[in-house]
Amino acid sequence: MSSHGSHSALGSPSLANKLVRLTLIAAALFIVALFLVLPLVSVFVQAFAQGWRMYVDAVRQDDVISALKLTLLVTALAVPLNVVFGIAASWAITRFDFVGKNALITLIDIPLAVSPVVAGMMYIEVFGLHGWFGPWLDAHNVHIVFAVPGIVLATIFVTFPFVARELIPFMQAQGSDEEEAAVVLGAGAFSVFWRVTLPNIKWALLYGAILAASRSIGEFGAVSVLSGHIRGRTTTLPLAVEMSYNEYNFTAAFAAASLLSFAAVITLAIKKILESTSGIHSSAGREKDRA
Amino acid sequence: MPAPARPAKSAFRLLRRSSPLPGFGLSLGFTLFYLTTIVLLPLLAIVLRGLRGGPGVFLHAIATPRVLAACRVTLESALLAALLSAAFGMLVAWVLARYRFPGRSIMDALIDLPFALPTAVAGISLTTLYSSDGWLGRFLEPHGIHIAFTQWGIVIAMSFVGSPFVVRTVQPVLEELDHSMEEAAASLGASRWQIFTRVLFPVSLPALLTGTALAFARAAGEYGSVIFIAGNMPMKTEIAALLIVTKLEEYDYTGAAAIAIAMLVLSLLVMIAINLLQWRIQRREGKRT
Repeated sequence: MSSHGSHSALGSPSLANKLVRLTLIAAALFIVALFLVLPLVSVFVQAFAQGWRMYVDAVRQDDVISALKLTLLVTALAVPLNVVFGIAASWAITRFDFVGKNALITLIDIPLAVSPVVAGMMYIEVFGLHGWFGPWLDAHNVHIVFAVPGIVLATIFVTFPFVARELIPFMQAQGSDEEEAAVVLGAGAFSVFWRVTLPNIKWALLYGAILAASRSIGEFGAVSVLSGHIRGRTTTLPLAVEMSYNEYNFTAAFAAASLLSFAAVITLAIKKILESTSGIHSSAGREKDRA
Repeated sequence: MPAPARPAKSAFRLLRRSSPLPGFGLSLGFTLFYLTTIVLLPLLAIVLRGLRGGPGVFLHAIATPRVLAACRVTLESALLAALLSAAFGMLVAWVLARYRFPGRSIMDALIDLPFALPTAVAGISLTTLYSSDGWLGRFLEPHGIHIAFTQWGIVIAMSFVGSPFVVRTVQPVLEELDHSMEEAAASLGASRWQIFTRVLFPVSLPALLTGTALAFARAAGEYGSVIFIAGNMPMKTEIAALLIVTKLEEYDYTGAAAIAIAMLVLSLLVMIAINLLQWRIQRREGKRT
């Protein structure tokens, strides 16, 4: 972050340079405002277009409340599972050498490259009535597709790599000296993890979990394919947005959307705070750290 | 997609470097089990479904005018959106990495908004903005510019979701760039434009291409933000992801799986391209040090 020095090092900035700089900053601000801020602001304006009272009524509808509950339930199941997976995968990958490690790292990224719709469809092929286990599950009265378990599976899939992707580069950079010292001094496996590893990785872990939670709350495509859109039972908040919108009930659609947008803004704020206090950065762009 | 076979416990010991740390078998075992159940087997299920009838049935499912049109619309729009994201991303990454100005850190945080904002929310918001009585559509439609319910709407939605990828891949490269190269170029009499085109742009090109490829992959598979603004007219503004959903609703599992396989092959090609780019970047960095 030494960009302060660049101009002085390249000679005193001329008028032309200042002009270029101002133009570029203005252009970037304009595009970000038009392209990113406007859609966000528009959600809240539309939600309150019919007045505060209509907004409160729309948010307090049974359908919205039950959708919110389901969304939180799905997130509460999917995120911890992916946290456990993220810790296990990064422990294996960063603390040991084994054949096929790079292949494993690439395989973990697959869900990022798969269309959400294809992700949802996969589980129909496995658990649906025409799929591998569908007939057997149906005979035993277990419902996964077009039911809550399918929604949870779809959410696990789309958030699968998030924790691992944050932890792997972080634990790689940290090295295993402290843990090896703990083992040499006689610490057991559990206390190495609990007393040494976890305190070291807690911020990166939290960062990854927040990214995963944010995506869980907002996932639409994969969940949509597996949900069956049963009102009050298999409708998450993003699906409630879609259903109200398609029924031309725009106040209800944008009211539900405003809750999700609020969650998104909170996520961005927490991310920013974590980045500035603990020096963690998103791995989204840091491909080169990973090999 | 070959599923990694789970070697027996004794074979594990042969594969690992001796390390005093505990938990290798447990952590790798759980990782492989979870990866196989959640990702690899379900993917295999789609591939098997699509290829069950043999290549003839697969090609027959793909080579219908409606599917081909959906693939063309998707690829065209995703390509345009990736180029838009690249232009947007390069500008914003440059400004964020090089300049300090009021509001910079808010702008930096806002870049990730498309990652955080649910796609359905982005979809209905963009549709409202660009429809004929929306904040933007109101000014564009009198000039004959129609965005909502045309292919341009698809491009706008896809570039919205793809834009953070380019910023977040290029920004760290520009931030970590060694200033001595620029200073050397400046002391040799290069203008700022020459420094950009001859020094900074070539160095950041692999990152720019990686980010653009990621944005393209995301755009090609995008569903939630696109379906509201697209209008979804078969042959014209119907994307491949939506056609999969339509086919699933019609119980045409083979047809849906065929399109899904085509999309998976596309993502596989993009992943290979990105890995090659990363390999080139690492080789270049290795040379420099």
